[in-house]
Amino acid sequence: MVRLLPSKERLSKGSRVSAEELAADVAVDAVASEQTAPTDAIIDDDMPESDLVFNVSDLSVYYGDFRAVRDVNMAIRPKEITALIGPSGCGKSTVLRSFNRMNDLIPTARVEGTLLYRGVDLYDERVDPVEVRRRIGMVFQKPNPFPKSIYDNVAYGPRVAGQKKGLDDVVESSLKKAALWDEVKDRLNESAIGMSGGQQQRLSIARAIAGDPEVLLMDEPCSALDPIATARIEELMAELKDEYTILIVTHNMQQAARVSDRTAFYSVEVDEKSDRRTGILVEYTNTEKLFSNPDDERTENYITGRFG
Amino acid sequence: MALGTIGGDGRTTARVEQEIFSRGRDLKGSSFKTLMFSALGVSILVLVVLIVDVLVDGWPVLTTRLGGFISGTLRSQSTDELLGISQGLAGSLWIAIFVILLSFPIGIASAIYLEEYATQGRLTSAIDIAIRNLAGVPSVVYGLLGLFLFVTTNNGESTLFAGGITLAILVLPIVVITSAEAIRAVPSSLKQGAYGVGATKWDVIRTQVLPFAAPGIFTGTLLSLSRAIGEAAPLILVGAITDRLAPRDRSIFSPEQLDDRFTAMPIVIVGWVQEAARDVGFAAAAGAAIVVLLVVVIAMNSVAVMLRSYFEKKRG
Ligand SMILES: Nc1ncnc2c1ncn2[C@@H]1O[C@H](COP(=O)(O)OP(=O)(O)OP(=O)(O)O)[C@@H](O)[C@H]1O
Ligand SMILES: [Mg+2]
Repeated sequence: MVRLLPSKERLSKGSRVSAEELAADVAVDAVASEQTAPTDAIIDDDMPESDLVFNVSDLSVYYGDFRAVRDVNMAIRPKEITALIGPSGCGKSTVLRSFNRMNDLIPTARVEGTLLYRGVDLYDERVDPVEVRRRIGMVFQKPNPFPKSIYDNVAYGPRVAGQKKGLDDVVESSLKKAALWDEVKDRLNESAIGMSGGQQQRLSIARAIAGDPEVLLMDEPCSALDPIATARIEELMAELKDEYTILIVTHNMQQAARVSDRTAFYSVEVDEKSDRRTGILVEYTNTEKLFSNPDDERTENYITGRFG
Repeated sequence: MALGTIGGDGRTTARVEQEIFSRGRDLKGSSFKTLMFSALGVSILVLVVLIVDVLVDGWPVLTTRLGGFISGTLRSQSTDELLGISQGLAGSLWIAIFVILLSFPIGIASAIYLEEYATQGRLTSAIDIAIRNLAGVPSVVYGLLGLFLFVTTNNGESTLFAGGITLAILVLPIVVITSAEAIRAVPSSLKQGAYGVGATKWDVIRTQVLPFAAPGIFTGTLLSLSRAIGEAAPLILVGAITDRLAPRDRSIFSPEQLDDRFTAMPIVIVGWVQEAARDVGFAAAAGAAIVVLLVVVIAMNSVAVMLRSYFEKKRG
């Protein structure tokens, strides 16, 4: 089977470096990946490759010489919630960050393999990471409101993208989608720092969706919140699913089971000799199946709490 | 259950009281506190003595002819009606302009480059150490540098330009260090958050890093300005005038001034203190000049504090 070449080789082979923009590239990539995508990554055979939001093949992420995760194969379908679960240090955040090139901000981080977003190789050297992050937004573990007004927080993404008009509407609709509008509509000009943790996290979500992304990446978005605030975010995710593709990292298995359509279980593989720990994707399937009848023994051990 | 016992395990209220009630004063803690307080007291006392001393010295001048003193010029007799500090004030003002126009932009830009753009590695840490060492180099060494670079090359003629640029170089490392520290203190969660919604590096610097670091940068830069205004040693080396400077017709703000011989407040003070041995009236003039310089520096530092709290409030 012909494997997808890493982007650099593909580029140097192709003579279309200067030419027809990404569109041409998309088509070629889509064809190429159709023949080569690892079968175990595809859950249902009914979705054509080109409709997938992400198709990850043989992804490995390194920090310097240290390989944090290896050989990840995952296909992410549109408007679904995909949960990434697994023990601490297995590379969930690392994988999540590679979906919108946030790993670029870590000087030692390096990615191998192919990560196609709508058929375009995200690590193609012509790709602008800033544009990637405008389409694939991120919500972090700790709420991180900017020390600005609520309004300016939400308007931040559109503003840096150059939008000047219609910001009021964007702010209102984003806050509504984030189920925060009623609580803050009378104090949009107050600082976001004074909000509660749960409100701040919903503000982060509003900020992420204000730039009109297609995908939301959430890294343990509820881990700093109480159960009620968590329930609100979970509700919110179910609503956002109509419009966005969501990837969420969580340590809370009930949460994964409640909100996600598919779940990826990651684990750590320890090399006996070198004592090196590498994250691997053990099992990726429908959430229901993963939690009721996993194929892999390691998954079973983890979800039943025998491993941790 | 017996009255006064808790949980039935024999722990009476009396016993719990005994356990949790404060056992008198924490001797070590309070003696340490006293020590700290005395240290603070000593520094404040020194400052008060200093201020009282110069106030007493300068009192006759400050109370009888402050206006004339400020607009007056350097003279050979302390009794001269026209004796005053206008040339010193002008020189110090020009030095401040040099520092503001050269050290601030170059220093802040270098700090941004070092912290945000340069790949952190051996080179950047070497540069970091070098800048820290430069900040610790005694100021006379900068004076020597200024002497060789700007005076010797100018046929040995001392100019205001040489003095201004020497002091601008002197405080440059301080501006870089304080700005870099303020920039380094910007929480990475803010930067990540901005990158996460599609900000470019410049967006992040403009909208997150600089606003957050502004209070620290302002404090550092204004303190470095006070330092530049208070320095005498390097100026003496680059040839500031300590005794007399012929009054000119032109305005002290005219740029032609730059090519001319000059003096500055600390130099005027040094000169007068020396002259006091010959003509005791100069002691009063020196005291008054010190008071004026102190007022200027304190005013500048208050502006720094005000700007700092303004920007701190703004960043929430
Ligand atoms: N910036 C970094 N530099 C070097 N190594 C890193 C960095 N970030 C993560 N790692 C390493 O990569 C591995 C995976 O880390 P990662 O944060 O992705 O795990 P995780 O599954 O998200 O864990 P957790 O559940 O605790 O958040 C760990 O061994 C970690 O030490
Ligand atoms: Mg993590």
